[in-house]
Amino acid sequence: MKCVGWNCSFSLVLVLGAVLLAAVPLSAQQPPAAPATAASSAVAPEIPKTVNEKLAQLDKDVKAAQSAGDNAWMLVSAALVLMMTGPGLALFYGGLVRRKNTLAIMMQSFALIALITVLWALVGYSLCFGGNGPVIGGFEHAFLRGVGAEPNPDYAGTIPQATFMVYQLMFAIITPALITGATAERMKFSGTVLFMTLWFLFVYAPLAHMVWGKGGLLNAVGGKFPCLDFAGGTVVHISSGVSALVCALYMGKRTGYPKVPMPPHSLVLSFIGACLLWVGWFGFNAGSALAASSLATSAFVATHFAAAAAALGWSAAEWLKNGRASALGAISGAVAGLVAITPASGFVGPMPALAIGLIAGVVCYLMVTKIKAIFGYDDALDAFGVHGAGGTIGALLTGVFAQSVINPIFGADRPAGGLDGHWGQVGNQLVGVLIAWGIALVGTIVILKITDLITGVRVSEEHESDGLDITQHGEEAYNLES
Amino acid sequence: MMKIEAIIQPSRFESVKDALREIGIEGMTVTEVRGHGRQKGHTEVYRGREYTVDLLPKIKLEMVLPDALAQRVVDTILKTAKTGKIGDGKIFLSRVEEAIRIRNEERGENAL
Repeated sequence: MKCVGWNCSFSLVLVLGAVLLAAVPLSAQQPPAAPATAASSAVAPEIPKTVNEKLAQLDKDVKAAQSAGDNAWMLVSAALVLMMTGPGLALFYGGLVRRKNTLAIMMQSFALIALITVLWALVGYSLCFGGNGPVIGGFEHAFLRGVGAEPNPDYAGTIPQATFMVYQLMFAIITPALITGATAERMKFSGTVLFMTLWFLFVYAPLAHMVWGKGGLLNAVGGKFPCLDFAGGTVVHISSGVSALVCALYMGKRTGYPKVPMPPHSLVLSFIGACLLWVGWFGFNAGSALAASSLATSAFVATHFAAAAAALGWSAAEWLKNGRASALGAISGAVAGLVAITPASGFVGPMPALAIGLIAGVVCYLMVTKIKAIFGYDDALDAFGVHGAGGTIGALLTGVFAQSVINPIFGADRPAGGLDGHWGQVGNQLVGVLIAWGIALVGTIVILKITDLITGVRVSEEHESDGLDITQHGEEAYNLES
Repeated sequence: MMKIEAIIQPSRFESVKDALREIGIEGMTVTEVRGHGRQKGHTEVYRGREYTVDLLPKIKLEMVLPDALAQRVVDTILKTAKTGKIGDGKIFLSRVEEAIRIRNEERGENAL
């Protein structure tokens, strides 16, 4: 459905104008930024005279220094996580598709960066982190009302809430982007935009709120089924991975799959993307400590170790099976390890991280080679095999390997996971996993149906054959002769 | 005038080019092509599936020569492009009706 003519342009201008008008009074409602430094009050600062006054001043300065350190790390982390989508995932996926579909898959990631950002600013943040309901947030922070320099002690007491908001935004961006791996090479761009908008609002937001939001059903602190998910094994990987599988099944196989070979057109791009994902993941996991703390260090180390072990695991499995270790296998293994360690990163020690990585590397290898071949679904870029499966394994193993000595999440003397003797945690993890699977399954089927009715989901066979770059975007990825 | 079309292994191209230059042949058109005769391709593995890549890279040389030189060029190519294995390639000869130099519109063997 094209938007042409001055009628449409006029409507567009009206909508833009309305949004801008709404933004002006709302932004005026936000409290003025409270400076973080202690000595910048409007009145001329008095020199503290008594020891008590000096101590109080010192206390303020220390807190300010901590805040500065935390905020610096969190802003860098937010940038790192954005980098994971653009260009990390864009390159990783871009290299794996056939040349005629390169721009299309990259455009999907890039469009999501733009789209989810706007949705987040308008209602997304509030739906995820506002309110205190068990299943969804509220509208108190719609249009980012009340989200400024003041920390929100419910989430991160030492950084501006705006930092927390923009950090979480990057997670909301990459999660739907992961799904594009399963629908690659055959999904309409219009369908993608509509599907992702609905998916973000009705699958991601509830899940994010349940696991991380105040009052959430699965929140580790105070939830009915406290689920340990440090950086998003359930919220990000299971949700996108399972949704990816549903999409792949709904849309059907690419024409010619599996007989026609469809090898990656540029593993060089995928390699670069995978490395950017690895580096970016430090922001994803270690940044989930929400502070520049020793917990951030612990998560950083666990993340890196799991990626390394998983790369070795996948490569070893491949070497045994095929007689050779491939570059694609090694980078896929690393990504699988990073996925699996995501929920565990802030709860497990370095040795368990190695174990989690190794297990994920081998299991995900089997998922994308054996299991995919047995069931025959065309999960084009293995979004389910790596993220769905890796996320599930990671979430369950978190229950096994979580230790209070790494992160006393349930209280100073309370056991965390299996290694502490609290094997019941695996049960809680299972609840979280099942809820994530359930929401993703049901939500995606409904949203796919709606999208199919409005814009359609799959391109025509002719468009699929000509390639999405030229048919959806009117462009060619490579014009090397020009 | 004869046209010589030679499809050879990429790894032999430099030697063939040098040998041709030594006998005084400098003009040629070179294209990178893919193809196969009886040579089997190789197997690649992608996500656990094996598939055969049977279009192999080759180099195609095209030259148009005076009749007198044709045999010598064929012998030179045969000597330098041969490895003895399947996949060495083929040489085709055909007659050329006319040749024209675009710069000054010379025709015939003078244009070669």
